Amino acid sequence: MEESSSSSTRSAAQTHKIKEKEPQKGGKKRTKAEEEEEEELFNFKSKSTEEEEEDEDLSDSEDSIFSGLEDSGSDEDDDDEELSDDGDEEGLDDGELKLEQTQQIGIETKKETEETGETEETEGGRTEKAKQEDEYVHDSSDEEDIRNTVGNVPMEWYRDFPHIGYNLDGKKIYKPIRNKDELDDFLDKMDNPDYWRTVPDKQTGSDVVLSDEQVQLVNRLQRGQFGDANFNEYEPQVEFFSRDVMLHPVTNRPADKRSFIPSLIEKEKVSKLVHAIKMGWIKPRRVEDDSRGRYYDLWANEDSSILARHKMHLPAPKIPLPGHQESYNPPTGVPRALWEQQDPCDRKLPFVPRKFSSLRQVPAFSRFIHERFERCLDLYLCPRQRKMRVNVNPEDLIPKLPKPKDLQPFPTTQSLVYRGHSGLVRSISVSPSGQWLASGSDDGSVRFWEVCSSRCLKTVQVGGAVKSVAWNPNPSVCLLAVALDSVVLILSPSLADRQVVLSSERLLSAPQEADANEGAGPVTWSETEGEELNHGIRLKIQHPKAVQQVSWHAKGDYVASVMPDHSSNLQVLIHQLSRRRSQNPFRKNKGLVQCVSFHPVRPYFFVGTQRSVRIYNLVKQEMTKKLQANSKWISQHGDHVICGSYDCRLSWFDLDLSTKPYKMLRHHKKAVRGVAYHRLYPLFASASDDGTVIVCHGTVYNDLLQNPLIVPVKVLRGHEITHDLGVLDVTFHPTQPWVFSSGADATIRLFT
Amino acid sequence: MGGLQKKKYERGSATNYITRNKARKKLQLSLPDFRRLCILKGIYPHEPKHKKKVNKGSTAPRTFYLLKDIRFLLHEPIVGKFREYKVFVRKLKKAYGKTEWSSVERLKENKPAYKLDHIIKERYPSFIDALRDIDDALCMCFLFSTFARTGKCHVQTIQLCRRLTVEWMNYVIASRALKKVQLHTHPTDVDYRVMATFTEFYTTLLGFINFRLYHSLNLLYPPKLDVKAESELKEENDDDYAMNSESYLEKLSALSASLARVVSTAEEDEAELDQFPVDGEDMANMEAREKEQKQEEAQKKLFEGLKFFLNREVPRESLAFLIRCFGGEVSWDKSVCIGSTYEVKDETITHQIVDRPNIDKQYINRYYIQPQWVYDCVNAKIILPVEDYFLGVTLPPHLSPFVEEKDGDYVPPEKLKIMALQRGEKPAHEQEDEEEEEEEDEEEEEEEEEDDNEEEGDDGEEAEEKNLKKMEEQRSQVKVTAGKVKVENPARLEQEEKAEEKRLAIMMMKKKEKYLYDKIMFGKKRKVREANKLAAKRKAHDDAEKSKKKARK
Repeated sequence: MEESSSSSTRSAAQTHKIKEKEPQKGGKKRTKAEEEEEEELFNFKSKSTEEEEEDEDLSDSEDSIFSGLEDSGSDEDDDDEELSDDGDEEGLDDGELKLEQTQQIGIETKKETEETGETEETEGGRTEKAKQEDEYVHDSSDEEDIRNTVGNVPMEWYRDFPHIGYNLDGKKIYKPIRNKDELDDFLDKMDNPDYWRTVPDKQTGSDVVLSDEQVQLVNRLQRGQFGDANFNEYEPQVEFFSRDVMLHPVTNRPADKRSFIPSLIEKEKVSKLVHAIKMGWIKPRRVEDDSRGRYYDLWANEDSSILARHKMHLPAPKIPLPGHQESYNPPTGVPRALWEQQDPCDRKLPFVPRKFSSLRQVPAFSRFIHERFERCLDLYLCPRQRKMRVNVNPEDLIPKLPKPKDLQPFPTTQSLVYRGHSGLVRSISVSPSGQWLASGSDDGSVRFWEVCSSRCLKTVQVGGAVKSVAWNPNPSVCLLAVALDSVVLILSPSLADRQVVLSSERLLSAPQEADANEGAGPVTWSETEGEELNHGIRLKIQHPKAVQQVSWHAKGDYVASVMPDHSSNLQVLIHQLSRRRSQNPFRKNKGLVQCVSFHPVRPYFFVGTQRSVRIYNLVKQEMTKKLQANSKWISQHGDHVICGSYDCRLSWFDLDLSTKPYKMLRHHKKAVRGVAYHRLYPLFASASDDGTVIVCHGTVYNDLLQNPLIVPVKVLRGHEITHDLGVLDVTFHPTQPWVFSSGADATIRLFT
Repeated sequence: MGGLQKKKYERGSATNYITRNKARKKLQLSLPDFRRLCILKGIYPHEPKHKKKVNKGSTAPRTFYLLKDIRFLLHEPIVGKFREYKVFVRKLKKAYGKTEWSSVERLKENKPAYKLDHIIKERYPSFIDALRDIDDALCMCFLFSTFARTGKCHVQTIQLCRRLTVEWMNYVIASRALKKVQLHTHPTDVDYRVMATFTEFYTTLLGFINFRLYHSLNLLYPPKLDVKAESELKEENDDDYAMNSESYLEKLSALSASLARVVSTAEEDEAELDQFPVDGEDMANMEAREKEQKQEEAQKKLFEGLKFFLNREVPRESLAFLIRCFGGEVSWDKSVCIGSTYEVKDETITHQIVDRPNIDKQYINRYYIQPQWVYDCVNAKIILPVEDYFLGVTLPPHLSPFVEEKDGDYVPPEKLKIMALQRGEKPAHEQEDEEEEEEEDEEEEEEEEEDDNEEEGDDGEEAEEKNLKKMEEQRSQVKVTAGKVKVENPARLEQEEKAEEKRLAIMMMKKKEKYLYDKIMFGKKRKVREANKLAAKRKAHDDAEKSKKKARK
């Protein structure tokens, strides 16, 4: 609106200017009259006068265009103030006010044409009277110049005066005589057809009748239109400042000085940015890298250089592929109840195979995310280790041994059973001739059997559970040592030819010399009488404690007895039959003695304790070796010792080699109760609580470089397990490859 | 003795390993960054052989990395990127806090990004190596492509995964490389960051692999539909919308159109390789290989000439993928998915795949089958008889193709049947089987009866003997009974001897070997037991079915 209105005023002013120029160019006295202007323009504001000057200087500039408008505006201002004052006092309504205002403007615009002329006229009037008259000639209006010169003061100040102001000559302008009362006014309103266009002039106080043009102008302005009816407000806009580079400048204005001088503020800003870039605080805008996510042939030139890392690389194992069980329609289902009972770690499958009758009933795989996540964890978190998978044929693991057939003879079948005992048979012993077998049992009897016929020739009631029996290994005597409770009995079963019986009688009865210093010893020797003598019991050796085992020396004169006891050093006693003397060979207690044994050929004495086997040299009277094995039963043959123990093991020692067992055999499932070596054949046997006797072949080669060969050749079964006890003792026939075993089932068996 | 005293744990395996915390400190990385680096570079902990030595005498549970691996990580350029990213996040937070939006924008523009190409090249120096690890990559991408787009990971990642998987499937179709399929079911606190890192790596890997694979088949890599197919599709959809990338991907994922080739060759004449028989021994091998090749070729053309139509309730993508892989034509209802090529009404359709008990409108000249038929055919490598897969029929079990039975294992009878079909044997009619079985049953019954008679006879004889004995005992206390002659079976004796020899030899085994031997034997026995159990179960099941049938009759 503003622009359009200004443009309208401009156009109006332009037309007015053109009119204005004619008189200027017509009369060139203007320049002369310039000096007096200041005095003359008392009616106007100083600003308007300046503009007036400019108007004359730059006829083309915009300022000049507005000049006429300005002074009319100043007039308007005056009027406005007047009007507002009027409104306050008289209580006129807005409509009327507007009307008045517009009328005022209308009047002004009407006058405008004359205005400049008038000013010229006044100037002229003051300077040259003749010229003033000339101008009046040209003036078309016949009205008097009654210009009021009161200035910009409220007109009500003159309400009580007869005049309304002063004219240019300083004469009072009198108010027109108004004798109209309200009735007249009303009549006028009724009669006068121009009443509606009659407007009182405040300055002069007279009524003015508006012309048709003026009324039209007022109407247009009321509608908000331009005053000039011919003005087209929708003219096409002329763009002066377009993007096109023009040949000539739009304005002729010279460039500012500041446009030549670099700006200080800008310089500061730029230097700050430069510094920031230098310091790396601001980075240049990244070039959009679209190579990311773009694929190319990565392996175009495959170099086969394998880094060291790739050698160390352990690829993760693959997830196993789904089997039949994972199928949505598996061949067989698994009951869910069973699966739920199992522990999560025991389950073979982490899910229950389910059967769906059709594919559309299969739900989404809810654990998919979880499964993948676990796989991810496995891949980056799980420590990896290279594990060699053993892929062997189990048959290859079995050692290649010589066939037992080639290692004959050895006992293979059970041929005889010796029945007669009523309690478990703890111990058996074969006579050196191989004809007789003695056995001691818990039923308190010692029985003598003929080996070949399995007949019991003799039964001796000894009155106590027999712990151990041992036949004298000397073939020239026929004696048997029996251990029961705390007594060792020497029996003469008289089961040999006369010579032998006699020689044994001689051995028992000959010396009596040691009697004198016997009292001090812990052992008492006594000869039996009466019934016991009739049974063949010849000597009774009373011990202070319970005797566990007896063992003969190879020559048959010495017998050793064992009394296991933690607390005392009196555990082993060696008795000499010919001199009826007993002695304690050890001064110190070195563990609980389990059993003792004499070497069949050499002067060695073996003492088996719970931890070790000590070997004493009887000639030098010193310990030669200590074998590391817990032992219960010792048997030796030449250079080799075997030990059976209650922890199911059988250890085989070579005395020439280390103190550690050369071979440990774990054949038995239960405690080993007895072991035995054959005197002639390379055989040894072990008896165990699991009811078996295992016969092994143990060859030692003369060539030292060849390892000894130990081959189990036969597992002999026959004994029944009673009260968790199986075979209690085992012994070989002195000449034949036969083995005797006694068991808890009160039988003795012969395997040939 | 001169010289310095040797300190413990300064040589040997203790210096070859490094604990995770120490490694982290050496690399100056936070735990999440370290984790990400390990995932991307494929560094994993190693289990030392002697943990206590490596742990400097302590038995505390720790994870150990190889020191060489960690040193190798020191020179990784991505570590620098991680640090940059950390700084970026800090700056961004600061800018947000100060509400300096211009600097926020600038920072976001300069967000550090890294590429994984060099890592892939380094981890997989050759293409074959990369292919070895593709299973995990595929699984992950398929998983991510199913995620909801409003979820915990970026939409771009999901879209990329989807794109890559679709590309992969298209490749498999184009190369006809599918061999086996299985449908399986089994029924969360999950750290999505870990999975996202893996996915980041796998997508890059899969992208490169796809590129290479496409080029090996002379296909354009960002896959393009065949010109013909494309024009058809365009005609259809010209009015609807322009071909933008999203809809293009959908069209690709429809799997119904073939892909554009770099050099368009309609029929590639595969030059038959000349064969050079080398030795007599190799001849047999060659023949076997040739046979295998022929079989493979035949399998590739399994569905050729068949026209399938998928009903709307069947899994479209999976089936379309399969059928196209084996040369069949496939279409579906227009409303199900974009890219259907023909309508239900098409008379040339040979098979319609339906997964509902019955269908209202049936056309005469086509089979209506259940989806399992397609899968089973692929696994059996032959077109199976369709009778077992008609609508409403109880389906035969769907067997896994990945199980390879060795001798002694339990083989489901269905598998035996399929194997017989593969060999070209005509399946005997079931009715005949049943009749035979019944006859056998009768025979067995008869035999049993005979046995009973014999037993009765025996019983009679025994009773007589007892009577006689009693009478004899009554007559005299001492008696001499005739000894029985033991008939010895020499073969059996030998066997027994051998068995005993073996037992004795086993007794002599060393402890270590014995343990191993026992373990192996235990495993073998367990296998046999399981096979027996399965067979028994199967028999019970079959018997129950049979009795049911009889009851119905």
